[in-house]
Amino acid sequence: MLRLENISSFIHTSLSNHLSETSVLLLEMTIIALAAITLFALLGLILVLMERKVSAWIQIRLGPNRVGPKGIFQTAADTLKLVLKEGFVPDGADKFLYKLAPFVVMIIAMILLAPIAFAKNFAIWDLNIGVFFITAISSVSVIGILMAGWASNNQYSLLGAMRSGAQIISYEISAGMAILSIVVLTGSLQISDIVASQSNGWWLFKGHIPALIAFVIYIIAVTAETNRAPFDMAEAESELTGGFHTEYAGMRFALFFLAEYINIFIVCAIGATLFLGGWMPFHIGNWEAFNHIMDYIPSSIWFLSKTFFLIFVIMWFRWTFPRLRIDQLLQLEWKYLLPISLFNLLLITLIAIKGWHF
Amino acid sequence: MITFLKQYFKDIYQAISSLLKGMKLTGYYFTHHKEIITQQYPDNKSTLVLPERFRGEVVMLHDENNEHACTGCSACELACPNGTIKIINKFEVNAEGKKKKAIDAFVYHLELCTMCNLCIVACPTDAIKMAQTFEHSVFDRSLLTKQLNKPNSKLREGVE
Ligand code: SF4
Ligand code: SF4
Repeated sequence: MLRLENISSFIHTSLSNHLSETSVLLLEMTIIALAAITLFALLGLILVLMERKVSAWIQIRLGPNRVGPKGIFQTAADTLKLVLKEGFVPDGADKFLYKLAPFVVMIIAMILLAPIAFAKNFAIWDLNIGVFFITAISSVSVIGILMAGWASNNQYSLLGAMRSGAQIISYEISAGMAILSIVVLTGSLQISDIVASQSNGWWLFKGHIPALIAFVIYIIAVTAETNRAPFDMAEAESELTGGFHTEYAGMRFALFFLAEYINIFIVCAIGATLFLGGWMPFHIGNWEAFNHIMDYIPSSIWFLSKTFFLIFVIMWFRWTFPRLRIDQLLQLEWKYLLPISLFNLLLITLIAIKGWHF
Repeated sequence: MITFLKQYFKDIYQAISSLLKGMKLTGYYFTHHKEIITQQYPDNKSTLVLPERFRGEVVMLHDENNEHACTGCSACELACPNGTIKIINKFEVNAEGKKKKAIDAFVYHLELCTMCNLCIVACPTDAIKMAQTFEHSVFDRSLLTKQLNKPNSKLREGVE
């Protein structure tokens, strides 16, 4: 059967046969970069279309249905429009930072891809501090947003960026706590170890109610971290006319827009890895026949379907829940999520020490 | 302290349950596409069914004898908040040789109308009503100023 790990090892061996080690490394890095960019472009097209369809159906509308069969080429047409638009830099802007900001946001999203296991034995860089790496890098993305807000020289942008700073820094804590609870259960920071520890059941089910609470907190916190409604303080179309990207147009705006969706994909991929077993197939206890059928589905399909399920849940949130004010937003974090997640972490530690989980 | 904790957990419970209620409804809409209310307008022009209370423009009702029920009382003109209606009256001499007020022109400015329905409610004889037409775009604004009573139409017998 065609497996992603076979493809990657085939590329590696065939390259090593002909080239020196350094050039193999360089070539492979180029391939990975190209693959990542392709993945981003594809994800952008798919997720934006998915968002528009999901929002339409939730709001009893039809959604895009003119460009191509059932409107599937709508996002491609939109992208074409954005590419053709003039890349406009406002007069009073800090030109250098203004142009740099979208790339910072994008590159951070790209770095975050590294430790994610897309399929069995298929990750760009399965480093031993994978989870730590993710939490560390993801907090840098706020710099890109602050940069955009500051460089635009616009009150709305600056306000949006500042809000986003406050928001990401606050919610990072509870997201970190939720991630930490799985790390406590697994006893490892490496993504492959975390996935392997779920071979007999996903942590969401194995860790009793505290794991469920951690999962819910994780979903809430990452929704806030990716600046999505109901926590879209940074953009706040209704108050800040677009927040930190008010002044952006054309392809630079498209990069921010894309980064939002890429970030959703990444946080959902991490959520799926930590709580839903990553690429691990769904197994039920001793049902050998059932488990065997489940094993037959390729691991990449498992990973992607779990990730897309979480993405759908986050979209569902967006089109259902009312927006929060900035003070309510911070109140939710500091008065509710943080104490609960701290207490929850304590419970999980107890479970892990006593070995009460399955 | 205890009451505080009670309130704290009650708040959480209420928040979660009300959010779940919302998600249940939107989840229902997401999975039941028959609820979709979008009309694919130019495509379904032949089968388009408008809601009963849709208001497109004010029309005057005429029967087969080219008679209407408008007495020219101007109640609609007074009711209209935008000055959309202008009633121009004339005096007719009837069979007994008496002068009688009758409508000459019911001028209706569709371009000013907000479809508020107040004129229809105000009319004591139900002479006008809202029609369901909606394709009103024209190339000349003057085409939107209409005379609602048809030429040579008369007041129906017995309507005061
Ligand atoms: S519907 Fe309202 S605005 Fe239009 S003519 Fe009647 S009263 Fe005036
Ligand atoms: S339409 Fe009705 S309210 Fe208006 S002038 Fe005629 S009778 Fe009076």
